[in-house]
Amino acid sequence: MRGLRELCLAPAAAVLAALFAAPMGILAAYSLMTRGAYGGVATPFTLEGWRRMADALYVAVLIKSFVVAGISTALCVLLGFPLALFIARAGARKNLYLALVMLPFWTSFLIRTYAWMFLLRDTGLVNTVLLGLGLIHEPLPLLYNWGAVILGLVYGYLPFVVLPLYASLERQDPALEETAADLGARPVETLFRVTIPLCAPGLRAGAMLVFIPCLGAYLTPDLLGGGKTILMGTLIQNQFSSARDWPFGSALSLGLMALVTALLWMQARRKGETLP
Amino acid sequence: MGTVLELRGLSKRFQEQVALDDLNLCIGEGELFSLLGPSGCGKTTTLRLVAGFEEPTAGEVRLRGESLAGKRPFERNVSTVFQSYALFPHLTVRENIEFGLRYKRGGDGRRRVKECVEMLELGDKQGRKPEQLSGGEKQRVALARSLVVQPDVLLLDEPLSALDPNLRSQVRAELRSLQRRVGITFVFITHDQEEALSVSDRIALLNRGRLEQVGSPRDLYLRPASRFAAGFLGPVNWIDGIGVRPEKTRIEAAAGGAGARRMAATVESSTFLGNCLHVETRTESGQRVVAEVARLDGVQSGQRVEVAWAAEDEIRLPE
Amino acid sequence: MNRLLTLTAVSLYAFLHLPLLVLCAFSLNRSRFTVWEGFSLDWYRAALGDGQLMEAALNSVVVAVGATLISTAIGTLCAYGLWKRESRAFTLPLSLTLATPEIVTGVSLLAFFQWAFRYLHMQLGMHTVVLAHVSFSIAFVVMVVLARLRTFDRSLEEAALDLGATEWQAFGRVTLPNLMPGVIAAALLAFTISFDDYVITSMVAGVDSETLPMALYAMARRGANPAVNAVSTVMVVGLGALILVSERLRKR
Repeated sequence: MRGLRELCLAPAAAVLAALFAAPMGILAAYSLMTRGAYGGVATPFTLEGWRRMADALYVAVLIKSFVVAGISTALCVLLGFPLALFIARAGARKNLYLALVMLPFWTSFLIRTYAWMFLLRDTGLVNTVLLGLGLIHEPLPLLYNWGAVILGLVYGYLPFVVLPLYASLERQDPALEETAADLGARPVETLFRVTIPLCAPGLRAGAMLVFIPCLGAYLTPDLLGGGKTILMGTLIQNQFSSARDWPFGSALSLGLMALVTALLWMQARRKGETLP
Repeated sequence: MGTVLELRGLSKRFQEQVALDDLNLCIGEGELFSLLGPSGCGKTTTLRLVAGFEEPTAGEVRLRGESLAGKRPFERNVSTVFQSYALFPHLTVRENIEFGLRYKRGGDGRRRVKECVEMLELGDKQGRKPEQLSGGEKQRVALARSLVVQPDVLLLDEPLSALDPNLRSQVRAELRSLQRRVGITFVFITHDQEEALSVSDRIALLNRGRLEQVGSPRDLYLRPASRFAAGFLGPVNWIDGIGVRPEKTRIEAAAGGAGARRMAATVESSTFLGNCLHVETRTESGQRVVAEVARLDGVQSGQRVEVAWAAEDEIRLPE
Repeated sequence: MNRLLTLTAVSLYAFLHLPLLVLCAFSLNRSRFTVWEGFSLDWYRAALGDGQLMEAALNSVVVAVGATLISTAIGTLCAYGLWKRESRAFTLPLSLTLATPEIVTGVSLLAFFQWAFRYLHMQLGMHTVVLAHVSFSIAFVVMVVLARLRTFDRSLEEAALDLGATEWQAFGRVTLPNLMPGVIAAALLAFTISFDDYVITSMVAGVDSETLPMALYAMARRGANPAVNAVSTVMVVGLGALILVSERLRKR
């Protein structure tokens, strides 16, 4: 019986080894090399790639990434909570309402990002309507700025926070809220003193689920931020394309991986709050 | 009567936990044998070792004199009726019953299926899916499915526990008569002593992975080999090291008569149970003695009485 | 407070759905600009007539079908093995592949392929895209199938063994048929995420393997073009339908 299990796991082990572990290993090796003349890498081995991460320029990018991811996460939690609460209290139509949150999420990330370009660009719908109504005379610069990036991230990852929040609200015994009301708490007080503290695990899991992808986001800052918003993801991509500095790009990638792993580990350490 | 199934020094350890410790048993041809014990006693582990779902840490299972060591479940001619019945939800009743035919050839499979379907009265249920069956019907399908492969031994894991309580005694009787008809050895796993006493030819009582006693229901009930065995098969009053079952204990007026088999006591409470009166008393030396008596009148709390019993009803544990 | 909550929820649903609905609506606009000038299917015709776009769509289908078949087979077997006995040696790397930022997956695979191809004398192309997609969709398949297996009664397999079936026969005749809705759900999910991926694909694609998301990305960057809306609408409706079917199967 042992043999069957190992046989079943073998192909997946091969894929993980060849297409996950080995590429990470290559990045580790490249991060210790010198940049090649036309991209790629060359000898000698050096710690230069890692050292450059401490440059003020790149530290600023890291800080900016954290700030953007932090703001996006906070907004997601702020918006996701009422949505999760609404779904949890929706009775028989819960599943429909939940599906309505998840459906756009699974559909297409690229197209959902493009939808905001369509709305926000100078000739986009928002500007066209505002111009048509005579409210403005020049198109507003809505796209290619930090606001657009954060908007795109919130839009993209809001469902991530709704799902675990909904799960922990759903598990809550309604008698607890009724007891609070019974003891004289008004609805708002019950919300802040009972409901929200009780779904802290869901809040943490949801926040982590949003923060991790936001930290490494590439497509959203690229499309909605234009070239003006450099975050970690964009910086890495640049090293492998225009800048042709693979060693530095490799070091940055592994640095980002380490951050993500540390965040995951922090979350996994909490018993029973592992990420799905 | 020849031995069909023999367990020799069977032991199973899960990491540090000893689930079964040196079990030796011989189960005879055509016997209805029960493995009885509280949860965690090792009875389910025994079943899984016999069926081949687990490998023993030590010892061996022998079927018709042949060791089953290293044989996989599908190479063993034993069959299991699972506690949950484990009917394949994607197959019809008929397909469930025929499942084993593909692998255990030999003999006239079609005829056996027909016989089992008739014997278990499943004729009109054959096209149904398991989810459309009642608990009793599911059990009959599971039995038919196992009997079709003509096992040397049929293992039944708590076969009555998933049934409605007021159906159990009826199904118990049906199982008993089914076993008589097919003549296959049944090994019945249960934690319910009443169930075991009522259906079995013999019972093995297990406790904490060890065999406490093996014998006929009468043996176990009347001549338990240990305090545990006595207590597990029914309530016992222990009076100065001698055991007496409540239904064998009499309550008599305090006549002051002294003797080895009577004792002065005070009634603490009495409860009417319909078919008898449950009387709790305490002797002068402070021992609690319970009696179940047919007499329904005249006992009040605080009343001074004498508890008495006959010498032949005493349970004497071996030294 | 309940009315306030409902109002908030309605606005959030609008926030989630309106951008896509507007995008789709304007694919039916006659004008090239974002001013409604009447209903027309011109942009769908334009998209269909765009050879490069159609080739990219075909590439996407080929890649997604290939990656889905491979990752569903491997992922299902892996989930089955893990269901027999959990192993952190698998669950940890699998959840790590889920959490790895796409751009990191992309560059690591690019670096790996470039390195390996120096010895193998191969080039980036459809095969590298398929391999990359397999690498990130396996974890989704394992997740979905394992969730299904967790509701599967282990004694059903034991019953099959008990009746004489070998492990493989028990897997094929009992476990797999009961697992099928989960496997199909996983396959549909894998297809969707493979079909939609841009970031990783763009890193490992060769000159002959432009996918639909890559083509859309290029067009979107170039400027307003309602043909993008038309293609997007088709993708949203198609992938949305797959996801709905997938969810249905998972709940069953």
